[in-house]
Formats: sequence, C-alpha cells, structure tokens
Amino acid sequence: MDAFQRFSLVLAVTAVLAGCVTINIYFPAAAAEKAADRIIDEVWQLREGATVHTPPAANGGAQ
Amino acid sequence: MKFRSFVRALCLATACVAAAPVPAQGNLEINTPAIAAVRQSMQARHVELEPLYASGAVGFARDGGVVLRDASGVPLAQRARVNTLIAAENADRNALYREIARANGHPEWETDIRATFAQRWIERAKPGWWVEGQSGWTRK
Repeated sequence: MDAFQRFSLVLAVTAVLAGCVTINIYFPAAAAEKAADRIIDEVWQLREGATVHTPPAANGGAQ
Repeated sequence: MKFRSFVRALCLATACVAAAPVPAQGNLEINTPAIAAVRQSMQARHVELEPLYASGAVGFARDGGVVLRDASGVPLAQRARVNTLIAAENADRNALYREIARANGHPEWETDIRATFAQRWIERAKPGWWVEGQSGWTRK
C-alpha cells in the first residue's frame, strides 16, 4: 500500500506538472488581445478620453 | 491516517506547482523598458499618422503593419515624409511584437502576437479609416 501511495503521488505530481507546462506553451490569445488593446489605447491616446487633435498633415516636417 | 497525509502532500505539491506559471495565464508582460520606448515613439508618431489614416492615404494591413494605400491625396512635397513615417511605424511595430514575445519568455509567439495586433488594429480602426480585410481594402 505504501508503495502504491508513493507511486500515485508521483503520478499525480507529474500529471499536474505536465498540465502546467502545456498551459505555458499554448499562446494566451485572450491575454494578448488585452495587451494589444492596452497598447492601442495608449498609442491612439484614448485613455484620457480625448484624442489629441493635431495640425493637419500639411506640416509634415515637424520632427 | 496515511491517506490523509498523502492527500496533504498532494495538495501541497499542487499548490507549489500551480503558483509557478502565473504570467502565462493573466496578463502579458508589456511594461519592459524596450516596450515602453516603442510605445512612446508610436504614440508621438500617431499625431502625424492620424490625418493620413483619415484621408485614406495610409491603411492598416492584414500583417499588423501600415501601408501606403493611396498616395494621390498626398502632396508631392510630403510623399517622402509619409514614406518615412510608414517605414518608422512598421519598424516600431515589428520591434513591439518581437519585444512582447521576448518579454514573456516566448520569442516564438511573435507571429501570434503580430496576428493578434493586426486583428485589433483593424477591428478598432476609427470610422473613415481604411483596413485590409480578407477580400481587399475597405473603409470603416
């Protein structure tokens, strides 16, 4: 019985570990979408609620 | 009694293992200095790109970048500037996708991250902007 318990413990831990490794390998699509939206908000300056209005394309030499 | 200690050991082991791979589940890491630098540079450039999106000169491509769609509305004197902006924006976007993948310990995710961003840029493009769909360019 002791040996059986040890065996099943090892088996369980291995299974859990394998599960975690599997989770880690798959691309986290939902998290990536969230990250993309956060960055898009920032780049487009949507977080402050106001888009910064800029002079028309006419003065393109600004930088 | 023995069984109880077995269960306890199992719970302990599960807790230890479950605590380890947190980052892959919740949020992706996007706050490294490299990513912050790219975000800032893209934000500064957006000021110049936004009118070009609105006029349809520049559109959002399916590959997660931007392209010169229609140069006819851009005055000749500005075309070089527009090309520079597009090249710089695409370089930043490439760096962004690569750095996010790297910051999360999976450089091989770059393609997936690029695809995710491509879809989000297009999905969230404002009315009037041009986006590349499966069947060509459309105006939102």
